[in-house]
Amino acid sequence: MQSISEALGLAFALVFSADPDLYEIVGLSLYVSLTATVLACAFGLPLGALLATTRFPGRGAALVVVNALMGLPPVVVGLFVYLYLSRSGPLGFLGLLYTPSAMIIAQTLLITPIVAALSRQVLEDLDSEYAEQFRSFAISRAQRIQALVWDGRYALLTVALAGFGRAVAEVGAVIIVGGNIDHLTRVMTTAIALETSKGELALALALGIVLMTLALIVNAMVYSVRATATRAAYA
Amino acid sequence: MRDTAAYLELQQESGLSASGLRYSAGRAALINGLSLNLPETGIHCLIGPNGAGKSLALRILHGLLTPNAGEVRWRGAPLAASDRVAQAMVFQKPVLLRRSVEANVDFVLKSRRTVDPAFRDTLLKRVGLAGRNKQPARLLSGGEQQRLALARALAIRPRVLFLDEPTASLDPASARLIEDILSEERHHGTLCVLVTHDVGQARRLADSVAFVADGRIAEHSTTDRFFHAPCSAEARAYLSNLMVL
Repeated sequence: MQSISEALGLAFALVFSADPDLYEIVGLSLYVSLTATVLACAFGLPLGALLATTRFPGRGAALVVVNALMGLPPVVVGLFVYLYLSRSGPLGFLGLLYTPSAMIIAQTLLITPIVAALSRQVLEDLDSEYAEQFRSFAISRAQRIQALVWDGRYALLTVALAGFGRAVAEVGAVIIVGGNIDHLTRVMTTAIALETSKGELALALALGIVLMTLALIVNAMVYSVRATATRAAYA
Repeated sequence: MRDTAAYLELQQESGLSASGLRYSAGRAALINGLSLNLPETGIHCLIGPNGAGKSLALRILHGLLTPNAGEVRWRGAPLAASDRVAQAMVFQKPVLLRRSVEANVDFVLKSRRTVDPAFRDTLLKRVGLAGRNKQPARLLSGGEQQRLALARALAIRPRVLFLDEPTASLDPASARLIEDILSEERHHGTLCVLVTHDVGQARRLADSVAFVADGRIAEHSTTDRFFHAPCSAEARAYLSNLMVL
């Protein structure tokens, strides 16, 4: 076991020496989490828009379910996806278990409710502001949703960021369906868990530093975009 | 002063008409048997004390609210979807999209599939916003925002234009510009239904005045008749209070 200072020194050395193993893990993490975020937005945004703009019997129950799913335990999602993708499962023939695709599926399932619930809130708030004016102009539902999504784009960017943050920091689901296989399905969080259990704190810390840096960069970018939009009263 | 014949004619006009409108919120009857006949063109004001139901009546006439009873008709027929498409409303507090000045107008034009930059620029010039196309709409002053809201409403070339206190809290120059545009619209054959607390504005603009009290029309007269010889006790009391002030 290394001391913390020694491990930190080695960690920075790994980061700045562009260690290929380290950056392979970082690259796969980004690929999996960004793909899952895009897919979750593709499913979650329309669902959020539908819930925000439609009144139907049972809508209250649907909102409760979507909100509750935001707190979905990752290991449960991992188990659920595992059961479907395992050889004896209904989707076992696809051969996706222990591949990045399985990890993307798990993360997509995990963050779609987050994107749906948060975008519903954003779009409903905006809709309550615009609703009377839109009705006055006899705007169609499609035009209304299109306008809401466009005018709420900066807030929705933050929603997507929240989804990405959850995905990239997630460990329980991806370790079940990905298996943490070196050079195949090892991502930052699973690698940190493994290296820590082995006492290899340098790599674990290096990955932690990259993870934190990534989170800071993404947040700073979104903050900058939102600040610019706010100055122009577009957010 | 308009004569009695003009007054009687007014009561029979049937461009936009409402009969027996009722609207309740809980047990409170907010609109209570409101009936009104308006011609197809001109500027017609709804005035009355706070809480009388003027803005609510305007929203029901426009179709934003469905009355519990009664009916709104256009040219004698129940209000159809095609009639609604030819109506627009300017609210007391303008609701502008989080976009540029020109994008706000274009949004409405696109909704009617009639994107026409030249027409849009003409409208912006008409409301005194020429050359401000790319400016964020929400950074305009209150008066400019209201003028943009008016330009956006005019973009659909409305047959009926509803205005809910459009000049409240505006400076005299902005209010004057809006009044001038409404006068032009009258000449273009648009029916303008205007809620206002500004009695001077009603005197300057209106062809007729409907006095709203307790959720009904207490009196509907030509403007001259209303201000010189109001026939309802409510209108007389309202006007006498204004004179005291």
